[in-house]
Amino acid sequence: MWTYNKMLQYPINIKCTDPKLAKVIISQYGGPDGELAASLRYLSQRFGMPDQKAKAILNDIGTEELAHLEMVGTIVHQLTKNATIEEIEKAGLSAYYTDHGVDVYPQSAAGVPFTAAYIAAKGDPIANLQEDLAADGATMMAQQLKKIIK
Amino acid sequence: MFVNENRNCCCNNDCEDEERKIDCDKKEELLQNIRCYEFAINELALYLDTHPEDKKALCLHKKYCNELKNLRDMYQKVYGPLTITYPCNKWRWLEEPWPWEGGDR
Repeated sequence: MWTYNKMLQYPINIKCTDPKLAKVIISQYGGPDGELAASLRYLSQRFGMPDQKAKAILNDIGTEELAHLEMVGTIVHQLTKNATIEEIEKAGLSAYYTDHGVDVYPQSAAGVPFTAAYIAAKGDPIANLQEDLAADGATMMAQQLKKIIK
Repeated sequence: MFVNENRNCCCNNDCEDEERKIDCDKKEELLQNIRCYEFAINELALYLDTHPEDKKALCLHKKYCNELKNLRDMYQKVYGPLTITYPCNKWRWLEEPWPWEGGDR
């Protein structure tokens, strides 16, 4: 089970509205290699791990990913909560706004809703750990986001 | 920055209606200290998951856990609960802003 800690893992106090930035960062929330996928990936795979160490590490990493999910959601929320309709339209978020307003919806930057198809649980611990490395270790999205965000 | 706030401590003393001043900077400093300990403990735990025999890491983990417990007790007594497992004489869970509500303050 989990107990909620009423604090962020790292404090977030964004003062400027920037829906354009939120539009790409949301992929880290509900995209293919986002925090929701990461947490569900670890927490689903832990059940099939063969020894105590592997069960523990997937359990504890999966838990920490949930804290990351909360931080990324906070970033998206703070970037968009005070956005005007004009700012939303200019950022290309009219379609998003139509369906979700300025709620934080788990989707990729391209607008694809979160799907469990992003994660694997293959019934084989080595295959699963390999997938963890590909999804979380490569941090491709972090590299690509860095190029977009100046 | 100071704000007036009505707080109670979580003991059974009659201090529920005591008026005191909260120093927001002090509160944030204490919370930041708690965050640092939480993070260090978290990372040590991940390391210990795969290196449970490491005495140095275990020793640090124990030390930080004790220090964190003191800080959390201190924080919660003054500023309210960090988890719903902290006992209170009145429901203080609603009083402090939520962690995602930064930016404006």
